[in-house]
Amino acid sequence: MTARVQTAPFDLAAELRDFGAGAGAVVTFTGLVRDDTGQMAALEIEHYPEMTERALSDFGAAAAQRFDLADWRIVHRHGRIEIGDQIMMVATAARHRRAAFDAAGYLMDWLKSRAPFWKREIARDGSATWVQAKAGDEDALSRW
Amino acid sequence: MALEVLYFAWLRERVGHPRETVTTDAATVRDLVAQLAASTPGHAAAFDDLATLRCAVDQKLTDLDAPLSGAREVAFFPPMTGG
Repeated sequence: MTARVQTAPFDLAAELRDFGAGAGAVVTFTGLVRDDTGQMAALEIEHYPEMTERALSDFGAAAAQRFDLADWRIVHRHGRIEIGDQIMMVATAARHRRAAFDAAGYLMDWLKSRAPFWKREIARDGSATWVQAKAGDEDALSRW
Repeated sequence: MALEVLYFAWLRERVGHPRETVTTDAATVRDLVAQLAASTPGHAAAFDDLATLRCAVDQKLTDLDAPLSGAREVAFFPPMTGG
């Protein structure tokens, strides 16, 4: 039951070692940097250090209560991240798959529009563009 | 009162610095925004669209009508894009 924010890459296999002992189902989601324009060099992620880990921990605790999770983990990177590299992961562990899947979806929907991260796309020519929030991200929250 | 005011993403770029200490009598976040927006052209540009403005008081997400009584830190930023 941990939330971490870091610049370093993470190792999904290492994260899952000893994760969710005794649970019947573990679900993980990993977000990667994708290049929709064909012009991107990397992503830069800014965050609000004094707030971020507590906000992530609050989301995790809420998911644990709502879906009766045996364990949960959130790892989110910040700083410069190259195309194809990992941005973040969530893992959820529960007795049965339904709760583990739902809790992972719940955490992702909250992370998308309520965790204090801001993405900026760095193009190969050096120009930078802040990523706009999508209306759909806000709508996704309403299903919970 | 003295408040620590933080800016993130393009609000930070428009204001020109990531944080500042502000002396204010603002009762709510909205009052503080009005005071800040009147202070420099950069602040005015940062606060030109209140519909997309997000804020946190003492590191908790809140809205423009939140009271500032007892607050120490207010952060302003655009809609978040995590995940």
